[in-house]
Amino acid sequence: MRHQLEGNRLIGLAKEVAGLQGLKWVQFGQGMLAMSLRMLPPDKSIIERRSEIVAKLEKIAGTEAVIADEDGRRTFESDGLNAYRAMPLVVVLPKTTDEVAEVLRYCHGEKIKVVARGAGTSLCGGALPLEDAVVVGVSRMNNVLEIDYDNRFARVETGITNLGISNAVSGEGFFYAPDPSSQLACTLAGNLAMNSGGAHCLKYGVTTNNVLGMKVVLMDGEILEIGGAHLDAEGYDLLGLMVGSEGQFGMITEATVRIIKSAEAARPMMIGFPSVEAAGGCVSAIIASGIIPVAIEYMDKPAIEVCESFAKAGYPMDAEALLIVEVEGSEDEINDLLGRIASIAEPFAPTTVQISSGAAQSAKIWKGRKSAFGAIGRISDYYCMDGTIPLSQLPEVLRRIGEICTSHGLKVANIFHAGDGNLHPLILYEANDPKQAERAEQAGAEILTLCVEVGGCLTGEHGVGIEKRDLMTTQFSETDLGLQMRIKTVFDPDWLLNPGKVFPLEMLSETGMPNVA
Amino acid sequence: MLAPFVEKQLPVEILGSGSKSRVGRPMQTAGAISTASMHGIWMYEPTELVMSAHAGTPLAQIEAELAGNNQMLAFEPCDIGPAVGGARGSQTIGSVFATNSSGSRRITVGAARDHLLGIEAVSGQAELFRSGGRVMKNVTGVDLCRGLSGSWGTLGVLTEVTFKVLPAPEKTATLVYLGLPDDIGVELMCAAMRLPYEVSGTAHLPQSVAARLETAVLAEQGQSITALRLENFEKSVDYRSAAMRAELKVYGEPIIIGSTASLEFWNELRRLSVLPFSEESCLWRISATPMMGPKVVAAIRRHMPAEVYYDWSGGRIWVEVPASADAGASDIRRAVAVHGGHATLIRADQSVRSSVEVFQPQSPLAERIIRGLKTTFDPFRLLNPGRMYANL
Repeated sequence: MRHQLEGNRLIGLAKEVAGLQGLKWVQFGQGMLAMSLRMLPPDKSIIERRSEIVAKLEKIAGTEAVIADEDGRRTFESDGLNAYRAMPLVVVLPKTTDEVAEVLRYCHGEKIKVVARGAGTSLCGGALPLEDAVVVGVSRMNNVLEIDYDNRFARVETGITNLGISNAVSGEGFFYAPDPSSQLACTLAGNLAMNSGGAHCLKYGVTTNNVLGMKVVLMDGEILEIGGAHLDAEGYDLLGLMVGSEGQFGMITEATVRIIKSAEAARPMMIGFPSVEAAGGCVSAIIASGIIPVAIEYMDKPAIEVCESFAKAGYPMDAEALLIVEVEGSEDEINDLLGRIASIAEPFAPTTVQISSGAAQSAKIWKGRKSAFGAIGRISDYYCMDGTIPLSQLPEVLRRIGEICTSHGLKVANIFHAGDGNLHPLILYEANDPKQAERAEQAGAEILTLCVEVGGCLTGEHGVGIEKRDLMTTQFSETDLGLQMRIKTVFDPDWLLNPGKVFPLEMLSETGMPNVA
Repeated sequence: MLAPFVEKQLPVEILGSGSKSRVGRPMQTAGAISTASMHGIWMYEPTELVMSAHAGTPLAQIEAELAGNNQMLAFEPCDIGPAVGGARGSQTIGSVFATNSSGSRRITVGAARDHLLGIEAVSGQAELFRSGGRVMKNVTGVDLCRGLSGSWGTLGVLTEVTFKVLPAPEKTATLVYLGLPDDIGVELMCAAMRLPYEVSGTAHLPQSVAARLETAVLAEQGQSITALRLENFEKSVDYRSAAMRAELKVYGEPIIIGSTASLEFWNELRRLSVLPFSEESCLWRISATPMMGPKVVAAIRRHMPAEVYYDWSGGRIWVEVPASADAGASDIRRAVAVHGGHATLIRADQSVRSSVEVFQPQSPLAERIIRGLKTTFDPFRLLNPGRMYANL
């Protein structure tokens, strides 16, 4: 019963991640939706052919690779956006690119939809299954194929976890830069599909800036190789199009990523402020001085309080806003930079300036920040947003977020990657109260619309998925979306890959094909 | 501007200043559109590290504005104009992104395409479209910023670009090792990149190419040079250059040049002054895995004489070969095929550029995709038709 073990392992991992992120792991009834988004109606004729499809997939990938029983499938019925669930038609976990290709070729021939899946940690429903679609997971394809320190790349199968790459190269003091907070569990495949970021991308960039080459299985089973171990892939930037395409264009089974030598050391400092404005002003002043810290993390008072009670990191409880600023280098360089930052902060009348005393305190400071979602999850259900805003708009945006949430009778805590403008408001609500859940979703939509209004965007690192699908029209014109959809058609002419996501449902027909303009 | 061409379905050449118009396959067009009339920086927020400009804004104007705030385009756009007989220092910001042009710092900070945050562009059906925005992190929708980077005006006409800028370093120092053969020079560059000192430029110039340098202190050494650049606050640069010297001492004792000479030297590489325009020779640009660079060059030299220099730790190779009917294409492409990577013919006579592939040939499957993309953006094949690939 290998597949059940696989399923159990996955559900364990998913629970672990959910715990890390403070998500409640609740089993809903099959097909029950807690929230209000509409999905494409499943194709009954495909569901009726389930046993025939299962048999064929077992023939292609082996029985141990196919999960067809109800308990097994249930472990895949959701992703990190676990208010939404759907029982997959069947799950297949191939072991090689060729098997993936054969599965896709078969599904293409039979016009069966496919949802690609990494570890299922997407927070926007990007990996949400469909009742009439085969889930093709890469979790068993997790080998490191080649590591080359002289040329500074690693070639891996994409089922490897994000942290797995860094662990594979840490012995030589190297790391893989993008570090989403789910990095213990999330796969490179998912990172590539979503163009994941993390706390360190201010200095090192996001996924798209760290990929050199890839092997992609297209829906018709053809295998496309792009780039390699050299810089700048030839021809059009297909790498750039593939990264962040949310499983719409193809399944990436292998990738060559850039690995970077770690700095000699890193150390954070905490600066507390009496107001949001002062904290925002200080971030601007640090950047204007020519210092690019590795990370600048912002927390508001509700977030500080919850995280402090959880992590006991010594966060200043009298501050309205807290910055955690981390720099890298040798001991002397770190002292020099943190000293500079402390004097830059001085005119903003900080209530606290505290440089980490050493490794133990650094770990605590980061533990508080990284477990923020988990800590908040202990006191309430929450809905995590992922808008991006220009830094200068921070005070105004936080004021209006407060107003929006108050108007819906909800509380909010804000966490902000200040260096790159990525804002995570956590809207607190009671999940068992359908009215509150609906209001939280409504408040979330208003917040994202606000982000777009002030010059930002709907999603900085989580992706569109189903969650922000119908808000896309607030950021893009019909022409913009039309072009994006035509590009999807180039890669997947029958629109079989991850249907009903990313693009507004109103622009699609009942079968998930674009409405012809 | 484009609408009349679209209406009559007339093919059109897309230009900025035209400094790179001699790169690519020759085209047959009914006219040209230049973005040069659309110029001006319309948004610059130094504390948010972001700038927006109309596509025709001269790069020089942008760099001057940034320098006024001690900032820069970190990817160090390369000026290939002079090497192809075009004007020096005239390129527009739109062309920098349309050709994904990056210089020596690309190896540490990424390429032009990595710094592009948002675009406004016009398709071959005269539709105005946008992608991205002004914020650093943005995963909303299909990433057309990357999609249009390096498409050489064949998919759309960029009208506005928004990009990331970074602080200029307080101090620059360059460690210069003398007299190393190509393979040892490349090995040294790769060894330097394995150290935690954020080396921001690595170049190896064999003796004959180093002799062409205008930076006197280096040209007069009369030897090959291998240059490693450090940029940071003064204290860090001093500490790191001492640490690097110690760690790399098996490669000899470097001369260390300070900010002024360093800027002069790395700027020379940016404008390719060591590869001046000549009708007697053709110029190739190769991207390879760094340690493979010298092997690619050795394979080429089995068939023809070649002057080369290595950037990007050995992974970017500029190769000057004698002019010939095919510019050495078949031997050069075979050398690259064996060792991995890709080659672009940057300079050759027009007749040569129409008879051999200028850009790296694609696999049939990739070709199917890029043709599909061309049809999506420019169904009537009006924008720079055939510039990158025949019938595209």
